[in-house]
Amino acid sequence: MPSVSMTVNGKAVSGDVEGRTLLVEFLREKLRLTGTHVGCDTSQCGACVVHVDGESVKACTMLAAQADGAEVMTIEGLAQGDKLHPMQEAFRENHGLQCGFCTPGMIMSAVDLARNNPDPSEKEIRDWLEGNICRCTGYHNIVKSIKAGAEAMRG
Amino acid sequence: MTDQGIGASVRRKEDLRFIKGRGKYTDDIVLQDMSYAAIVRSPHAHAKINRIDTSAARAAPGVVGVLTADDFAAFGGLPCGWQVTGKNEQPMIEPKHPILAEGKVRHVGDPVAVVIAESRAQARDAAELVEIDYEPLPAVVDMRSALEDGASVHDEAGDNLCYDWELGDREAVEAAFRKADHVTTLELINNRLVPNAMEPRCAIGDFDDASGEHTLYTSSQNPHVIRLLMGAFVLQIPEHKLRVYSPDVGGGFGSKIYHYAEEAIVTVAAKVLGRPVKWTSDRTEAFISDAHGRDHVTKVELAMDKEGRFLALREQTLANMGAYLSTFAPSIPTYLHATLLAGQYTTPAILAEVKAVFTNTVPVDAYRGAGRPEATYLLERVIDLAADEMGMDPVEIRRKNFIQPDQFPYATPVALTYDTGDYEATLTAALKAADWDGFEARREEAKRKGKLRGIGIACYIEACGIAPSNIAGALGARAGLYECATVRVNPTGSIQVMTGSHSHGQGHETTFAQVVADRLGIGLDQIDIVHGDTNKIPFGMGTYGSRSIAVGGAALSNACDKIVNKATKIAAHLMEASADDVVFENGSFKVTGTDKQVAFGDVALTAYVPHNYPLDELEPGLEETAFYDPKNFTFPAGTYVCEVEIEPQTGAVEIVSFHASDDFGNVINPMIVEGQVHGGLAQGIGQALLENTVYDNEGQLVSGTYMDYCMPRAYNFPNFTVDHQVTACTHNPLGVKGCGEAGAIGSPPAVINAIVDALKDYGVSHIDMPATPAKIWRIVNGGMAAAAE
Ligand code: FES
Ligand code: FES
Repeated sequence: MPSVSMTVNGKAVSGDVEGRTLLVEFLREKLRLTGTHVGCDTSQCGACVVHVDGESVKACTMLAAQADGAEVMTIEGLAQGDKLHPMQEAFRENHGLQCGFCTPGMIMSAVDLARNNPDPSEKEIRDWLEGNICRCTGYHNIVKSIKAGAEAMRG
Repeated sequence: MTDQGIGASVRRKEDLRFIKGRGKYTDDIVLQDMSYAAIVRSPHAHAKINRIDTSAARAAPGVVGVLTADDFAAFGGLPCGWQVTGKNEQPMIEPKHPILAEGKVRHVGDPVAVVIAESRAQARDAAELVEIDYEPLPAVVDMRSALEDGASVHDEAGDNLCYDWELGDREAVEAAFRKADHVTTLELINNRLVPNAMEPRCAIGDFDDASGEHTLYTSSQNPHVIRLLMGAFVLQIPEHKLRVYSPDVGGGFGSKIYHYAEEAIVTVAAKVLGRPVKWTSDRTEAFISDAHGRDHVTKVELAMDKEGRFLALREQTLANMGAYLSTFAPSIPTYLHATLLAGQYTTPAILAEVKAVFTNTVPVDAYRGAGRPEATYLLERVIDLAADEMGMDPVEIRRKNFIQPDQFPYATPVALTYDTGDYEATLTAALKAADWDGFEARREEAKRKGKLRGIGIACYIEACGIAPSNIAGALGARAGLYECATVRVNPTGSIQVMTGSHSHGQGHETTFAQVVADRLGIGLDQIDIVHGDTNKIPFGMGTYGSRSIAVGGAALSNACDKIVNKATKIAAHLMEASADDVVFENGSFKVTGTDKQVAFGDVALTAYVPHNYPLDELEPGLEETAFYDPKNFTFPAGTYVCEVEIEPQTGAVEIVSFHASDDFGNVINPMIVEGQVHGGLAQGIGQALLENTVYDNEGQLVSGTYMDYCMPRAYNFPNFTVDHQVTACTHNPLGVKGCGEAGAIGSPPAVINAIVDALKDYGVSHIDMPATPAKIWRIVNGGMAAAAE
């Protein structure tokens, strides 16, 4: 079995994986970082979004081996200790979640959007969320959260 | 405590763990020595199983066991929780629903064998090696021909009829139709939906041979009911030896109410193998193993006098049950559907005729709204069509037929008595918010841009908090429909509430705590809500049908009353006063007319440290339980207005605005209630525009993944505007009605009414859901072609 090494949330980790092991399986099952969720098997829902070398990636669409040597950030790595990331804070403030299952993927996706486009319009947010499904919220409050989160990230 | 109590938009207590990725969903749980199950499912809609060869699978790497129907021979099938009696006292046909298929498979996805291995990947690999010799049989797919089909899904139901049921006064309806000035007739389909909670179902079985206790972790909306059904009817194990625990659950919308085969499978397998067994559905598997929703074909007729007053309504519905009866399935097209056919109107006579049919498809059961969306859709569509035929305004025809505020309580001809409502109030608010009067100008403006614009209205009513038990029982429910709450005041004054309601996104940890904060004057951070674990909570009925606040919240309120009552007696003792003179205000007990007072926390401590305590009059401790069985349903209602713009070249529909005015009675947390409305609207609009479950003629599910089933995404919706009016429920202590399903009930007809309005120049009187661009394009372009001829 090939072995992979990467930095996850600032910590060096390594492990043996089968060639077919997906990044999301490595994170959830080997590292027990269960904040990254699996909502589908066709790469459509975005519950699994993490950052790999600073960009949002669907962790169900990438092999663990492909992330060898990469910097990976998951939802668990976003807050600084007790201090929430502004995007996390914004989701909380704006009721941007209900069951919370899509939320980690939404937040990771939103952080990437705001980094690339610090002042996204409502339409840009909705278009950016094309790869993320939420079944609970109707998106209204997610869009609101992302707008507020992006604003807070601008500082 | 008003900044935290009832009526305050408090931020949710549960959010912190979710936004940090620290929620604990069933699949996040890993037990020592856990093994993994993969389920071999039927690729055929209908087939005989001649032989199952598991030898290759057993020999595959990592495999620790393979189970087939023979391993479950000692157990019962999955029980149906609702018995419907049809016309002429004919009981419904209730064929066995085996845990694993016995001799025949009856839908694509029917579970046939289970492979358990050291890892999930090994289990899946080995599952491919189970060889099954199937002999395909003719499949019954289209429910419209199912009753004459020749082929049958079950031997017990040769003609595929599960029940033939009727509600209403046939003679009165026929008489009214005879004297009607106008009759409007409409045939429509309520499309089959896949609930698609984002968390796929998951179940873990564990068995402790020292204590003889089974534990089932399952992503369920009602753990106690699963324990009851599985313990008593399927596995026949004593209930107290079975713990069912549903931790964080990633959405349900009804699909996680039911007792599913996988729960029994992992529970049995864990005992057989002597180690924990986990099964996690993937999405493709969810499409063929989670119960689906809706799926009605209906003909509806509305009889009117010449002023447009409704004289009678008659409908005939074919309801698809799928291949087996899921836990609540028979109640959906019957009691949960036909009893809402009066809507907000004074229609004096109504007749509903429902035939439920078996087909070789996934079982159909309650999905957000469960019966009420189907009723509302046919009613609000036929009313719009009637208005059009009568040359009346769609608002005026509704207004003319509304039940008036002074007519409550109002007994409908279909078995319900509405307690309160003010339909004019929600209508007026919605029309104003949506600028109904300004629409024609917007339509003209759109026309100049080459777009077709339409506006649609729907006035819905729903029945929440199904109850009371004696009525539910008379209607065929095999369970009681009360709820429980235990309020445990700890010695230091903090509070744990054990509730039978289950939160899977609804925010109970906040809302329920607000009720307690309000009643007991305690800070929210001092209150924890415990739910989902049968070893911790009293026997409860779970969460579905918007029952949590109306029934569970009411139980909680009553338990708080008992706490205050007992605490008042303790306080009276402490202050050497008569309990009659002690009042509880803002967290303190006071003797009226004096300055004597004692804080709630001191009373709590006294209850547990009874050094100075009236032990001859009162027991120590401060913990109370209430079971609440409501007197009636609650009846939320409202008006929704949808405005659409259609691009004639492509048929694409854009919802340009959507407004919801609801009456949910008293509201505990407006922010959470709005969120619930948004979510419901998205599911209803999803049904109207995008979602559809398609089977081919052989019974293969064509729309079986997110690539083929159109899930609503952020760009499909506008920002919704919502508001609420209040008429308090008259028969529960909080005056609440419930809000979870409304959005999904009221929005489909509002959307379709708007689309039909936009297309009225093309001679369109109806369009079936989902109103896809392709369908609309054909109408517009067919219409254009016709116009050019
Ligand atoms: S799990 Fe990765 S997109 Fe759905
Ligand atoms: S909050 Fe439940 S899926 Fe988004």
